[in-house]
Amino acid sequence: MNFDRVKEKLSILADAAKYDVSCSSSGSKRKNKGKGLGDSSGMGICHSYTTDGRCISLLKILLTNVCIYDCAYCVTRRSNDIKRAAFTVQEVVDLTINFYRRNYIEGLFLSSGIFKDADTTMERLVTVAKKLRVEENFNGYIHLKSIPGASDELMKEAGLYADRLSINLELPTTEGLKLLAPEKDRQQMLQPMAAVKNEIALYQDERKKFKHLPSYAPAGQSTQMIIGATPETDLQLIQTADFFYKSYSMKRVYYSAYIPVAQDARLPSLQSQVPLLRENRLYQADWLMRFYGFKADEILEGKQPFLALDMDPKLAWALRNLDFFPLNLQTADLEAILRIPGVGLKSAWKIIEGRKFGKLSISHLQKMGVAVNRAKHFIDFGTSTFLNKNVLHQQNIKSIILSQSVSKFQAHYSPQLSLF
Amino acid sequence: MLTLLTYDHSLDGFFTAVFEVYEYKFENPWIRKEGLPEPALFGGLHRVITDAKKAERVINKLKMLLGENGLRMIVYGLLTEEEHCEKPILDVIRYAIAHPQKKVLADMTNLSVLKLERYNKQVNREKHRMEAFVRFRLIADSVFVAEIEPDFNVMPIIAKHFRQRYQDQKWMIFDRKRHYGLYYDLQSVELVSINHQQSLDKLSNLASDEAFYSDLWRIYFDKTSIASRKNSRLHVQHVPKRYWKYLTEKNFF
Repeated sequence: MNFDRVKEKLSILADAAKYDVSCSSSGSKRKNKGKGLGDSSGMGICHSYTTDGRCISLLKILLTNVCIYDCAYCVTRRSNDIKRAAFTVQEVVDLTINFYRRNYIEGLFLSSGIFKDADTTMERLVTVAKKLRVEENFNGYIHLKSIPGASDELMKEAGLYADRLSINLELPTTEGLKLLAPEKDRQQMLQPMAAVKNEIALYQDERKKFKHLPSYAPAGQSTQMIIGATPETDLQLIQTADFFYKSYSMKRVYYSAYIPVAQDARLPSLQSQVPLLRENRLYQADWLMRFYGFKADEILEGKQPFLALDMDPKLAWALRNLDFFPLNLQTADLEAILRIPGVGLKSAWKIIEGRKFGKLSISHLQKMGVAVNRAKHFIDFGTSTFLNKNVLHQQNIKSIILSQSVSKFQAHYSPQLSLF
Repeated sequence: MLTLLTYDHSLDGFFTAVFEVYEYKFENPWIRKEGLPEPALFGGLHRVITDAKKAERVINKLKMLLGENGLRMIVYGLLTEEEHCEKPILDVIRYAIAHPQKKVLADMTNLSVLKLERYNKQVNREKHRMEAFVRFRLIADSVFVAEIEPDFNVMPIIAKHFRQRYQDQKWMIFDRKRHYGLYYDLQSVELVSINHQQSLDKLSNLASDEAFYSDLWRIYFDKTSIASRKNSRLHVQHVPKRYWKYLTEKNFF
C-alpha cells in the first residue's frame, strides 16, 4: 500500500464527508457469533468527539468526491474547483478493519459522490459492505448512503449487508430543491427510501414465520435536512420530519445548520453565521415528538412558524398551556408528567416509582435529577409555590425562569452587544 | 454501641462483613475498608476475615431479594472504591432484608437508595467511557495492547464487552493505576499483573505498520471536525482532559 497516497485520500475524503451529521451506531442487533470481528448488538458508542463536540462513532468517508451533480449547497459539486480523489474498495475495507481492531470506531459510514450513474455508484458501495461482511467476517456497524435513483434490486442487496441506510432530503420542500439542486428530483430520492421501507416491512412479516432469517437493515433508515440555506420555516421542517417519521418509518431525522461553502446568489453569504441555536431548538422539538408524546402541531402553531430561541420548545408549550398546570405529582399520569418543563424521561420514571413510597418534596425531585428551577412553577405541592396564573401571566413566569438560569446560548439571542 | 468492621477491600470481604453484621447482631455496625485512618469515636473493632462461603450466602440472599440487577447495583456501588460507600450500601441491604415484600430499589424517597443510584450512574458512565476510550496499539508480538487509568475499578465489568467484540485477535488492557489488566489469548480472558519493567518495555515495541494507522486516525480526527462550528467547551465536556493521555488522536509523537 502506498502510505502517503492513502493519507492524502483520507484527508480529502474525510473532509468532504464531515457535513453529514449522522454518526449513530445504535439500533442494530448484529452479534459476533464464533470468532468473528466486532459486535453491534449493544448500544452505540462514541469513541471520541470532534473539536466541535460531535460524536465520532463511525469512520465517515466518501468513496469518491467526484460528482456529476452541481448542487449549490454541496462542497463536492461539479463546478467547485477542488482536489478530487477516490478510494479503492480494498482500501476502504482495510481502513475499516484496522481502525476497528484498535477500538477507534464502531464501524463504517460510507457515502459517495455520484461519479457515474446511480446504479454504478450504489453497486460500488454495496461491494464494500459485502466484502466486509462475507470476506472479513465483520460484525461492526455499517451505514450506507442510498444513492438517489438506485434500483430496487440494489437497495434490496444493500440492506442485507448494511445496518442502516440513509438518503438525505437536504431541502424540506420541492421548491428549495428546484432552486439549489435543479438536476435532482424529489421522486428519485423517495424511490430508494420506499424500496428500503418496503423491504423492512416484508422482513418483519417473514420474521414471524421463519426464525432464522438474515437480517435486513436492522437499524432502519434516517435522513438529513439542511437548516437555513433556503427560507423554509421551522413549522415546515417539523411537519416534514413528522411526515417521514410516520410515512417512511424513519428512525431519525437529522438537522444540519447550513455552513457556507460557496459564494452563490441563491445562498446565504460566506460570512453568514451558522444557525447553531436554531438547529439545537429543532433537535429539542424532534425529541419531544419521538420520546415525549408531543404532536407536531402542538410544538408550533400556525401563527408563529418559528421556534422561540430564548427558551426550549417544551417550556414554550407549557407557557402557552398554563391551564394544563399545576400538576399533582402523586396522581398525574406519565404522559402528563413528561410535559412538565425540567422533567426528563428518567426523572419522570423515578417520580412514578418514588411516589408509591410517600409524598414527593422539592428536595426529592432535586435528588432525582429534575431541573427544579423550571419544574417547580408547574407542580402543585399543596402549598402556594405555584404562581397564581390569574395574577402572573405567562410573560412573568417566563422572565422569572429565564432570570434564574444561565443559558449557554445567551450570546446568540441577547440584544446586548459586547464591546470587546 | 457503634462497632467498626474492617474488611480487605475485596467484594467477598464486604459481603462477609455483611454476613457477620447479622451473625453477631451488631446494633450499630459501620463497615469500612482496612487501612483507612480509624475514627476516634467508636465502641468495638471487628476485623473481618474474608470467607467465600459466607459471602456466597449473602450474595444468594441479595439475588433473591433484589434480583440480578439489584445485586449488580450493589457491586457497582462498591467498585466506586469511595471511602464511605459501604454506609449507604449497607443501609440498602438492611432495608431490603427488613422489607422482603417491598421493591426497595424503586424507593426514590430513600436517601441511601438515591445514593446507590448515583454510584451506579458514575460507574456505568466510567464503564461506558472505557469501552469508548480504550485505544489499542499493535505490538510486535501480535497483541493489541491498551493502557487506561479509570476513575473507578471498572476492569472486571468491561471484560465481557471486549471479549464479545474482539474474538479473533489477542488483546490486553492494562490499568496503570491499579497495576493489573485483562489478557485475551484467543481462548479466554484472564486477569494479569505486570511488575517487571522488562515486560512493560516489551509492550512499547510496536508492530511495523502501527505508526501508519495511528497517523491515519489522527488525520481522520482532524479532518472530520468542522472549524466553523468549533466548541471547545462541549468537546472537553465529552472528552475530559484526564483521559487525553492515552487517546491516540490527542497525542502527536
